[in-house]
Amino acid sequence: MGILEVKGVNKRFGGLQALGNINLDIAENSVHAIIGPNGAGKSTLLNCLVGKLIPDTGSVLFDGQSVLGRKPYEINQMGISRVFQTPEIFGDLTVLENMMIPCFAKRDGSFRMHAFEHSENEAEIIEHAEATLENVTMADKRHMHSASLSRGDKRRLEIAMCLAQDPKLLLLDEPTAGMARHDTNNTIDLLKRIRDELSITIVIIEHDMHVVFSLAERITVLAQGSPLVEDTPDNIKGHPKVREAYLGEAA
Amino acid sequence: MLGLNKKDTGLLLIVAVLALFAPIIFNPFPSDSAMAQFNAGYPDLMQRFVIFGIFAIGYNILFGLTGYLSFGHAAFLGVGSYAAVWMFKLLSMNILPAIALSIVIAGVFAALIGYVSLRRSGIYFAILTLAFAQMSYNLAYSVLTPITNGETGLQLSLDDPRILDGAPESVGSLPYPTLLGFEMSDTYVMAAGGWQFQFSVGYYVCAVVLLLAFYLSIRIFRSPFGMMLRAVKSNQQRLNYTGVNARPYTLAAFVISGMYAGLAGGLMASMDPLAGADRMQWTASGEVVLMTILGGAGTLIGPVLGAGFIKYFENIFSKINDTILHQWFAIMPDGIEDVLVALVHPFVGKGWHLTLGILFMLVVIFLPGGLVEGGQRIAGLFRRRKTDNDGDGDTGSSTSKDPAE
Repeated sequence: MGILEVKGVNKRFGGLQALGNINLDIAENSVHAIIGPNGAGKSTLLNCLVGKLIPDTGSVLFDGQSVLGRKPYEINQMGISRVFQTPEIFGDLTVLENMMIPCFAKRDGSFRMHAFEHSENEAEIIEHAEATLENVTMADKRHMHSASLSRGDKRRLEIAMCLAQDPKLLLLDEPTAGMARHDTNNTIDLLKRIRDELSITIVIIEHDMHVVFSLAERITVLAQGSPLVEDTPDNIKGHPKVREAYLGEAA
Repeated sequence: MLGLNKKDTGLLLIVAVLALFAPIIFNPFPSDSAMAQFNAGYPDLMQRFVIFGIFAIGYNILFGLTGYLSFGHAAFLGVGSYAAVWMFKLLSMNILPAIALSIVIAGVFAALIGYVSLRRSGIYFAILTLAFAQMSYNLAYSVLTPITNGETGLQLSLDDPRILDGAPESVGSLPYPTLLGFEMSDTYVMAAGGWQFQFSVGYYVCAVVLLLAFYLSIRIFRSPFGMMLRAVKSNQQRLNYTGVNARPYTLAAFVISGMYAGLAGGLMASMDPLAGADRMQWTASGEVVLMTILGGAGTLIGPVLGAGFIKYFENIFSKINDTILHQWFAIMPDGIEDVLVALVHPFVGKGWHLTLGILFMLVVIFLPGGLVEGGQRIAGLFRRRKTDNDGDGDTGSSTSKDPAE
């Protein structure tokens, strides 16, 4: 039994069957990629995992507990962190403040009225935030306004914000979408280091095969809302069904 | 000092000095000179500066930090006023219980309205708060007349019970609000040369409360709570997926700002013990939005500046009438004098709104950060000139700019 179990999940939007009977079993500390052509239901599936959408039927168990019906912040407090397709950071805040917020959320839970402490006196929080920044080699930018970071650095910061919470499961939604090759490679290197050095389960949704094959240990291919195959990268590469889904029958 | 860093302590000290010496600072012209009408150093106006400053400081905790634009904060100010006047009528003329009750009642009221309104954000939130405030206003005018005394407004009367004070000392005159035996209207006039400086008890009570309110707002701005509020403004989606429930944070900010408004209302009633429904009208809610934006939303000192600016215009510019204009331009030849007076006429006197409106537009267009940004730019010019002289052009322009400065 894995850390994340998806059983018989269906989701309909009007007449469109976005997800049809999805079953997934993601092993702890593995890197699992979900790929598929446009409209395959990858993002819908991810939104079902983080509480943005509620599936029509089926169950989603994280660490033995159901996530269905819980709010996104509750699911995060259970140990699931999410990276968005376009980096979602606090643009008005400095890089260090961006890092402190997940640290506060981890320590204080979803709400705490700490209105009289001075943020500069939160030594433990700042230390942890800076150490995590160091880990993604962004310590020198900690006083910058995060809105002025480059696209690659924003992504790096977002990943660092997730790591600062020490999550059990990290969900990445096309982490390299719209990035230059150079930034893509940097992101891959960072994710590889996370995979090798930290014990975090990673689920990654991606278009870019280069990214998928350099990171993933297991791959699930979705097509038209249903899982097509699940296998190791090597077996997926030559799989006829996958070629068919991506390139059409003729290929 | 007091748990603040050097910069914030400096800011607090500046405000403290300004507040304590306001009767002198705002009275720069001798009382018999032609410029005396620009003096703002009389208690009535200074109290208004300070009370609306408190109101705007509180509003800024909601609007400046979380970005939620409430259009109904005057309701809390009005509720605070009513609560204070009732306290004067029923309990005692001491202002402390009156102000305490206005804060509590406004806080409870804000919790109710905030709980409902904060289910929506953006324009819908603004409309919900506006609707609640207008409801309160109309109720105060009509159905709630037994509590609010409707159109006339709630006033003291000679036969009020005033349990703690006992019978009024002098029959036939209304008592004044007091603190530690001092009446709020007690004023010491100091004549120095051509100047007349008025030091009033009421003003200094307001000034001390302003300092407390300002200090509290600095603490909130610099706390982790304040950081969360800024995060709400910046990216609520990210905050949600970072395990933080934004709702209680915004509600707390809403209630705190409502209590500030209640405090302002209570002070207003303490200076002049009557309360009318007009204080709850939407124009009053709009005014505090203008003050905050004009001064600089999200900055510490901005709302105080904005409040002072608007109240100064309202009270000083509105008093300049045609007779005064004719005096000013008296040295000109007659024809030109009339033309000049005709040109200036729409901008002063009853037309002061026009001047204020134009200034507001200029500030919003050219200084989106308000008067504070204007100050920072001027300071920046000086700093740059200085560093250029030192031959050190690279001062790291991209580095830290404290967003809550």
